[in-house]
Amino acid sequence: MNALDYAVLLGTILGIALYGMWLTRGRHNLDSYLRGSGDSRWFVVGLSVMATQASAVTFLSTPGQGFASGLGFVQIYFGMPIALIIIAAVFLPIYRRLNVITAYEYLGQRFDTKTRLLGAAIFLLQRGLGAGITIYAPAIVLSTVFGWRLDATIICSGLVVIAYTVAGGSDAVNVTQKYQIGVIFAGMIAACVILLNKLPAGLHLTDALSLAGGMHKLEAVNFSTDPRERYTLWSGVLGATFLMLAYFGTDQSQVQRYLSGASLRESRLGLMFNAVFKIPMQFFILSLGVLMFLFYQFERPPVYFNTVEWKHQVEQGQTGRLQAIETDFATAHTQERQELETWLNARHAGDTAAETAARVAVSNAHDRVDAVRARAELAMDPKGKKHDTDYVFITFILDHLPHGVIGLLVATFFAAALSAKAAELNALGSTTTVDFYRHVFKREAGDAHYLAASKWFTVFWGMVSISFALSATLAENLIQAVNIIGSIFYPVMLGLFVVGFFLRRIGGTAVFWGALATQVLVIALYFSLNISYLWYNLLGCAACVLLSLLIQAVLGPNPGSAPAPSRS
Amino acid sequence: MKPLDDKTTGSSETTPGPADSNNCETGLPGLRTWRAVYAFVLAVFALWVVLLVTLSRLFS
Repeated sequence: MNALDYAVLLGTILGIALYGMWLTRGRHNLDSYLRGSGDSRWFVVGLSVMATQASAVTFLSTPGQGFASGLGFVQIYFGMPIALIIIAAVFLPIYRRLNVITAYEYLGQRFDTKTRLLGAAIFLLQRGLGAGITIYAPAIVLSTVFGWRLDATIICSGLVVIAYTVAGGSDAVNVTQKYQIGVIFAGMIAACVILLNKLPAGLHLTDALSLAGGMHKLEAVNFSTDPRERYTLWSGVLGATFLMLAYFGTDQSQVQRYLSGASLRESRLGLMFNAVFKIPMQFFILSLGVLMFLFYQFERPPVYFNTVEWKHQVEQGQTGRLQAIETDFATAHTQERQELETWLNARHAGDTAAETAARVAVSNAHDRVDAVRARAELAMDPKGKKHDTDYVFITFILDHLPHGVIGLLVATFFAAALSAKAAELNALGSTTTVDFYRHVFKREAGDAHYLAASKWFTVFWGMVSISFALSATLAENLIQAVNIIGSIFYPVMLGLFVVGFFLRRIGGTAVFWGALATQVLVIALYFSLNISYLWYNLLGCAACVLLSLLIQAVLGPNPGSAPAPSRS
Repeated sequence: MKPLDDKTTGSSETTPGPADSNNCETGLPGLRTWRAVYAFVLAVFALWVVLLVTLSRLFS
C-alpha cells in the first residue's frame, strides 16, 4: 500500500464514521440507541439488513470459497427468499404490533420469563461466538497488508470496532450502513472489472466458461440427494430455509435492523429487497473467486496464499523443505500453463480431437498443481487444519490491483467489518440490557442508567469476541465456520418461535424443556453424524416442536393457552 | 432479584406499537397486494435457479 491507498482507506472509513456520528448527534436516548430512530425507509432498511449479513467475512472469504470450490456455495442462499417471505408475513407484524425492542420479549409475553431468558441466552452464546469470527476477517486483511502479527491485529481492530459501536448505537449503524454498502459494491465491481481485463487476451468468454466448467467451478446447482454433500439444491431449499428463517427471524442483530423501518410496509419491502437481490449478489462474489481461479491458471500464484505465515515458517528454519515445494510448484504451474495454451490453440483451430486430448492433459497438470499445494498446506500445518482460501482474494488485491483501488478494496473490508460487527455488538448489548439486566437485575432505573449499561455490555461482548478470535483455530474457512456455528444454535431458537407463533396450546414449561433437550440433541448429532450442517436447522426445529408437543401431552393441557396472534 | 412473570409485567417494558393500519397497500405499481409481491419474489427466485441449473449443465 502507498500514500494514495492510505488516503483512500482513511478518507473512506473515517468519512463515513464521522458523518454517521455527526448526523446522529443529540439523538442518543435509550430507545434510539437500542432500536434506531424508527423512521428508516425501505431502501435503508434493505441495505442495513444486507450490510449486517454481509460482513467482511463475506467479501474476504467468499471469493476464496469460489476459488477453491466454485459456485456451489450459492445454494445456501436458496432458502432466503422463502424464509424472508415467511418473516415478512408472520414474524414482522407480530414484532411490530407488540412494539418489542428484542425478539425475545415476544417469548416472554407468549410463554414466560424462563423461555424468554433461554432464547436470549442462546442468541448471546451463538452470536458472541459468531462475532469472534467476524472480527477475524479484518484482522486477516491487516496482518497480510502490514505484515503484523495476527493476534495483535485482532486486538487492535477489535478495539476500533468496539469504540465505533459504543459511540454510535443502533441509529448510527443504520445511518452509516447505506454508505458502507456503497463502498463495498464499488470495491467489488472495481475488482471484477480489473480481473476481467487481466485475463489473457486470447481467452474468449466461451473459453473461460469451458475451462472453469471443466475444472468443476461452475457447478452451481447440485441435485444429489446424499445428505453428506454439504451444498445441494435440497439442503439449500429445505435446510437453509430454516437457517435463514432463524437468522433473519430470531437473531436480534437482524430483527433490530428491520424493526427500524418507519412502518410495516417499509420493513417488509426492505426484507423483500434482500429476498430478490441476495442470490445474484452472492453469485457475483463467488464468480469473482472463479475469475481469480482462471487468472491464476495463467499467472503463477504463491504456493500458499498466507504469505506472512509462509515467510514466518521459512524464518523458523524450514527453508530447504519449503523452497523445494516452491520449486515443484513453479514447475507444475509452468507445465499446466503450457497445456492450457495447447488446449486453447486446438480449440481456436477447431481441432476437436486435439482439444479433447489437451483438455485431459490440462486436467492432469492441474491435479499435479493441486498436489503440490496440498504438500504446502501440510508443511504449514501437519494436522491439515489450516487452509489458505481466506487469503486468496487479499493476496490477489495486493499483488495485482493498482494503487488507489487497493485502498478502496481494503476500505471495503473495513466498511463491511464495521457495519456487521457494529450491528452484532449493538444487538448483543441491547439483548443483555433489555432481556437480562433491565428485566432481571435492575427494573426501576432511568433511561440514562440503561443507556450507560448498554454501552458497557457492548464493550463486554466486544472483549468476549476478541478473546474467542484469539483462541480459535478454524478448520473451516471463515464463511462456512459462521454458518456452522449458526446451524448448531439457531434450530432451537427457531423452534421456540415456531411453537410460539403456530402452536398456541403449548405452554412455557413444555417448550422450555423441549428446547433444552433439543439443544443437547443437536450438539450430539453434530458430533456423531456425517451430514451437511444445513440439515441440522430442519432437524433441530422439527425436534423442538415435537418434543414440546410431547412434553405438553405429558404435563396435561396448558391452562394459559395464548390466543393465536393475528396477522396483517 | 427474582424476575417477575412477563405476562404480568410485559406492559411495563413494551407498549403496543402503531397499528400500521395504513399498510395494507404495498404502494408498488403492478404489485398492489402483498401476495403479489411474494409471488413476484418467488418467481424471481425460480428464474435464478433455472439460470444457475442451465449454467451448471452447459459447462459441466
